[in-house]
Amino acid sequence: MKRIKTLTSKTLKNTMAKGGCGECQTSCQSACKTSCTVGNQSCESQK
Amino acid sequence: MVHQYRNNGYNIVLDVCSGSVHVVDDVVYDVLSGYCKAYENVCEADEDSRCADGCSSCPKELSASARDALIAKCSETYPREDVLEALEEIEELKAEGLLFAEDEYKDYIIDFKKRKTVVKALCLHIAHDCNLGCRYCFAEEGEYHGKKALMSLEVGKKALDFLVANSGNRRNLEVDFFGGEPTMNWDVVKELVRYGRSLEAGYDKNFRFTLTTNGILLDDEMMEFANKEMANVVLSIDGRKEVNDYMRPTRNGKSSYDIILPKFKKFAELREQTNYYVRGTFTHHNLDFSKDVLHLADLGFQQISVEPVVAGPEEDYAIREEDLKKLKQEYDALAAEMVRRHKAGEAFNFFHFMIDLNQGPCVAKRLSGCGSGTEYLAVTPWGDLYPCHQFVGEEDYLMGNVFDGIVRTDVRDEFKLCNVYAKDKCRDCFARFYCSGGCAANAYKFHGNINDTYEVGCELERKRVECAIMIKAALAEEKES
Repeated sequence: MKRIKTLTSKTLKNTMAKGGCGECQTSCQSACKTSCTVGNQSCESQK
Repeated sequence: MVHQYRNNGYNIVLDVCSGSVHVVDDVVYDVLSGYCKAYENVCEADEDSRCADGCSSCPKELSASARDALIAKCSETYPREDVLEALEEIEELKAEGLLFAEDEYKDYIIDFKKRKTVVKALCLHIAHDCNLGCRYCFAEEGEYHGKKALMSLEVGKKALDFLVANSGNRRNLEVDFFGGEPTMNWDVVKELVRYGRSLEAGYDKNFRFTLTTNGILLDDEMMEFANKEMANVVLSIDGRKEVNDYMRPTRNGKSSYDIILPKFKKFAELREQTNYYVRGTFTHHNLDFSKDVLHLADLGFQQISVEPVVAGPEEDYAIREEDLKKLKQEYDALAAEMVRRHKAGEAFNFFHFMIDLNQGPCVAKRLSGCGSGTEYLAVTPWGDLYPCHQFVGEEDYLMGNVFDGIVRTDVRDEFKLCNVYAKDKCRDCFARFYCSGGCAANAYKFHGNINDTYEVGCELERKRVECAIMIKAALAEEKES
């Protein structure tokens, strides 16, 4: 495409099939104890 | 749902429900803006249910007349062929499911939340006591509205037994040594790590221990032990000396900065600048908090988290609505500076700008809430269980204890149902896939309801998501050039 650069074409919909294993880190166990930040957690099954 | 914004010279388009991100030129930006408006205008759903739940009554395409009107309008600003080209690219992405994707997740998340939950993480309040007198402490200087207490080894072992017994097939178990100040009960910390390790092989579990400390008692032996056993350490420091010392004085009113800084620098180096955070809190008194972040970066720290205080309006240090404009400018300035430093080979990591656009969490993780009250629990020194560290001391939320297990299953069930779709205010928010509906404790603190939201926190979270994506756009551009 000439006018649009796509940074990520991953669609969240595709994570419905195999997602939800729950092995990932609990958000409040990382650094933040006062807000909820899940967007920056990494997926354990892709490590 | 599409969210588009301009930041640091980039035109960014986030397709909220697919999670795809695009950087676009000015023509596409304006055509898309018009396209979104036209799309909304032809929506046949009533306003209250519009586009919220993957609304099936929405037309999938613009009508020919709406499309022609959009082309005519945009052609007043840009050459018609450019507008047509932009429109073609927009429609191509739409066909690929990378623009205007629908929210198809509600039933999936509700089903997901109905599953039997297991406990996978504990916040162990190893000490309800502290050797600092931080003004903003939600734990009331470590005592959580109660008395001073240290967790006994017996209670700690019971907590780990409880965790193993309630973790089902979950292999990775997280235990945070928290307080108060956990180093005030260090021998118990060490013994509990040894006890946890002794359970791993027999139960096929992997403990990930973490430590949150103010650094006052930190010594070489503690660092060595932590470097061997702790997956992460969180080191509390607010930034510039005067900022840190105003909010984080010692019990006799002296500087804590001078005591902790050399230790934290050493600790970070020993951990090879990874698997740790220096973590600060900013308040109404240092709205120019980007200077604190950069101060920490200039000291050589590479893993930094500085976060807004959460406090009621009665506190002089609370963040107020009128502070938001300044705070958003600070996030923008910080993000731009981080890009500059990255290009100059001086990169550092800022926790709240971390975002993984390619291998981030699955949609179940993103929308099902933080896990408090179900998979994450806090344990007091005497073994009581609460939904999270911020609920400790709220007797209505006392769920049970490590000896008898969860007694108040109604509290667990209340938290079990807490997710993005249970929160009306999240329905039209573009950031809901990044905060999972926000912090239940903050919602409770401000509205008495875990299914509400804390608006000041939401405003800042939205800005952080925008900045985090902008940084990715800038770094992607650098890679290309």
